[in-house]
Amino acid sequence: MANYLNKIEIEWFKRRLTYILFTIIAVFCLLVVRLFYLQILSGNKYRQLSANNCIRLQTIGAPRGLIFDRHGEMLVDNRPSFDLSIIPKDADPVDKTIAKLAAYIRVPETQLVEKLGAKKGLSAYKPVVLKRDIGRDMLAAIEVNRFDLPGVMVDVNPTRHYINTQSAAHLIGYMGEINSNELKKDEFSGKKQGDHIGKFGVERSFEHILSGQCGGRQVEVDSSGRTVQVLNAVSAKPGRNIYLTIDKGLQQKAESLMTGKSGAVVAMDPNNGQILALVSSPAFDQNAFAAGLTQKYWRSLISNPLHPMTHKAIQGEYPPGSTYKIVTAMAGLEEGVIDANTVFFCPGQYRLGNRVFRCWKRSGHGKVSVEKALTESCDVYFYQVGQRLGVDRLAWYAKACGLGVRTGIRLGHEGDGLVPTAEWKKRKTGVSWQGGETLSIAIGQGFNLATPLQMAVLTSAVANGGYLYRPLILKEALTAEGELVSRVEKQLVGKLPVSNRNLDLIQRGLWQVVNGKRGTARIAKLKDIEISGKTGTAQVFSRKTNESMKEEHMAYHLKSHAWFVAYAPAGNPQIAVSVLVEHGEHGSSGASPIAREVIATYLEGGTQTLELKTDKFLDG
Amino acid sequence: MFDRRLVAYFDWGLLGLTIVLATIGVFTIYSAVNAGGPTYQQNLYLKQLIWFGIGAVLMIVCFIFSYKRFDQYAVIIYLICLGLLVSVLVFGKFVGGARRWLMIGPMSLQPSEIMKVALIIMLAHYFSRHLKKDGLTLRDLIQPMLIVLMPCILILKQPDLGTAMILVLIAGSMILFCGIGRRTLLLLVTAGAVSIPLVWSLLKNYQKQRILTFLNPERDPLGTGYHIIQSKIAIGSGSVSGKGYLEGTQNSLSFLPEQHTDFIFSVLAEEWGFMGASLVVILFLLVLLWGLNIAHKCRDPFGILLVVGIGAIIFWEMFINIGMVMGLMPVVGVPLPLISYGGSSTLTIMIAIGLLLNVSMRRFMFE
Repeated sequence: MANYLNKIEIEWFKRRLTYILFTIIAVFCLLVVRLFYLQILSGNKYRQLSANNCIRLQTIGAPRGLIFDRHGEMLVDNRPSFDLSIIPKDADPVDKTIAKLAAYIRVPETQLVEKLGAKKGLSAYKPVVLKRDIGRDMLAAIEVNRFDLPGVMVDVNPTRHYINTQSAAHLIGYMGEINSNELKKDEFSGKKQGDHIGKFGVERSFEHILSGQCGGRQVEVDSSGRTVQVLNAVSAKPGRNIYLTIDKGLQQKAESLMTGKSGAVVAMDPNNGQILALVSSPAFDQNAFAAGLTQKYWRSLISNPLHPMTHKAIQGEYPPGSTYKIVTAMAGLEEGVIDANTVFFCPGQYRLGNRVFRCWKRSGHGKVSVEKALTESCDVYFYQVGQRLGVDRLAWYAKACGLGVRTGIRLGHEGDGLVPTAEWKKRKTGVSWQGGETLSIAIGQGFNLATPLQMAVLTSAVANGGYLYRPLILKEALTAEGELVSRVEKQLVGKLPVSNRNLDLIQRGLWQVVNGKRGTARIAKLKDIEISGKTGTAQVFSRKTNESMKEEHMAYHLKSHAWFVAYAPAGNPQIAVSVLVEHGEHGSSGASPIAREVIATYLEGGTQTLELKTDKFLDG
Repeated sequence: MFDRRLVAYFDWGLLGLTIVLATIGVFTIYSAVNAGGPTYQQNLYLKQLIWFGIGAVLMIVCFIFSYKRFDQYAVIIYLICLGLLVSVLVFGKFVGGARRWLMIGPMSLQPSEIMKVALIIMLAHYFSRHLKKDGLTLRDLIQPMLIVLMPCILILKQPDLGTAMILVLIAGSMILFCGIGRRTLLLLVTAGAVSIPLVWSLLKNYQKQRILTFLNPERDPLGTGYHIIQSKIAIGSGSVSGKGYLEGTQNSLSFLPEQHTDFIFSVLAEEWGFMGASLVVILFLLVLLWGLNIAHKCRDPFGILLVVGIGAIIFWEMFINIGMVMGLMPVVGVPLPLISYGGSSTLTIMIAIGLLLNVSMRRFMFE
């Protein structure tokens, strides 16, 4: 019975197998007909196309997004670059063509052959770039002798043009050819060898916004490589234009103030974290990078002892010096080890065990309250606050103030700074924390490190009532047609660990620094604008052994770094500034006049005429 | 257990066809990677020979035991392959934006290839027990759909659209062969007709663009469209008798992408012309007709379904690959069986042919 049923099934299968047979035969007929059509009916046409290999793919570069400042002033533009290239197959015989070309444009032949040799392994149909950005003279010479130069092409490609060279160089950054490591990254999946990408600064951070999408065209070319017709084309999509938060005028003013100095200036809007100026001095020439760096210029940048390639505003980590006393005062007040009325006596030094810690003012400050201690930057007062707090409580406050961690600015290579703790030192050096080290920490020396940007963020928070904002450099991105793509909103990252009453007290101290009779930065006082601030002098090496030496008599590299952090107007802060001058000797004389000029420029659109006072104020 | 008749009934013809195609394959791979001067891939043809060697061993393993055993162990084989697919997603090697390879010692294997055979065995196992004269009902189809969907989803996650598509095509072919009831067919067709516009309207714009480009490569003149033009020039320029072995210019000047895998037929057609290309197409036709003959002589539903499924792999891969390089089909990464370079695909096709031989040499068992 079962066998009988099965047999019917098999017959049924056989019927269905014939359907398959017909399907297969039909499909094979289709394939053979198609082969017949391609190879026999159109065979001659395709043979010709393949003989000349005349269908080529050319890429059309996409213009990169332009960069503007907050007011729409252009900072970076594109300009046409005439790139000379050759397609070896079309230039046959290559040697002869190269020799002729070299004679026409008056370039040593070896220089061109060298470029060609490097690309030997590639297909003879791929253009090889011989020289980028040739000048008008060469262009004219080539155009006139075109008929004599088969396979030689001049392509017009957009290249970066940095309008104010050296200005905001570290912020804006530069571009370069993509390398093999970058090619492997997902981020650059659309890129290919030879493409240029942002390498540093804004060009790098906002590569995804700035870079457009390349287009291309299929073209038919004749035997010497000239385009006969365009078969198909995809237009390039330009990148997005970006508007930075910086103010071009302010940036340039700050740069001119830093001319000849090594250091950094950060100006920030304390109400939203937008960076108004970000200066690192000395700078470098971005246009030299755009054109392809010469070995000589690169070597001069690398060997410069002032490190022009380091973005000192965000990468530079320095002991914060007395600017750190803001943190020590805050910690002391909040922890209750001092209050507004606590008074210590400063005889000019402080003894711990058998070590003596000096105040910067040898004669001493006498009776000092916290407000006066800030105003006059009394070291002895803060030694005692630090000793009562201990290193770890102090470190907690420093971290809560945003020190020791990156601010999160959208630029590469940002420094962390350093907030030392007892545990950190034990782990790092194997030696236990010494009581005396806490005293150094309390006045911002010792292991402490902060970037000028971190200090600007902290100063902004002191100014705006305690809000720590992430520093922003991008304001908005627009399409080439002017359509808004994205706008960056302010980002609150934390709040200072301080009550309003204690913050008021600190603010009063900082106001006195500039406006008080005995303030350390009276030099920074402006006629109509009330500035509040704090000076700092960060020792580069331990002073103990060289006590008797005066700053101005030391070698440059041994001189202290000058700090000044400030905000203005004191009552309704619109700008916060952090200035660091490497080996600028004293915060008061070396850094605060720069901050004053930056503030005056931003708030009044110009400098007030003020006689530069020459008397020097020393501070710890 | 070993029957003398097994030797007498051994299918030398099918084995011969396989060897001829494989030989053509190795020679074409040699040309594809060597015609343009030495490259870092110049020894690929040797590697392919090794794959054929391993494949031959697997082929023997696959016809020594009666194919009935595969019916018995169908579920286990299927589950093991499913497990391999999961482990690819977890431990797999990441190459070129996809996670498809599993490292086993020095070899890297693509479990999605082996899944093709496992799926056929599983479906043959299922359908041989659920066949109905008046066609399968919707209820009968639920299980097979799950059997296909599970590996498909895992493969799409890698992601590998080509292989997932082949799995669906194989299963679809087997289901059509088994026959669907009139009402069920009507229901499925209407459901498809309704859901396609619905799904289309839900897609994002860039997804629509991608599908349109997939269906019509001309829309992407800088990518696949350009490759297809170059491939058509390669094939067409072969003309009647070809440019001669190792003389293909489109190939040697690297105008063809993936010339040793997906575009190998273009290399072959350029060098051997219409005569060579149509010979290869006819050899494939012979293999398929041979398979039909085996199915025709087989007296056991599982065996017939197994042969039909294996025929479906060869048919679809050949049709899609050759159709693609000639500009008849969308561009999908599907290898040409026995010709394209590839370890896992070669092993899979050798296993598949081993199963064909198996069914063929045991046809007497029911007499």
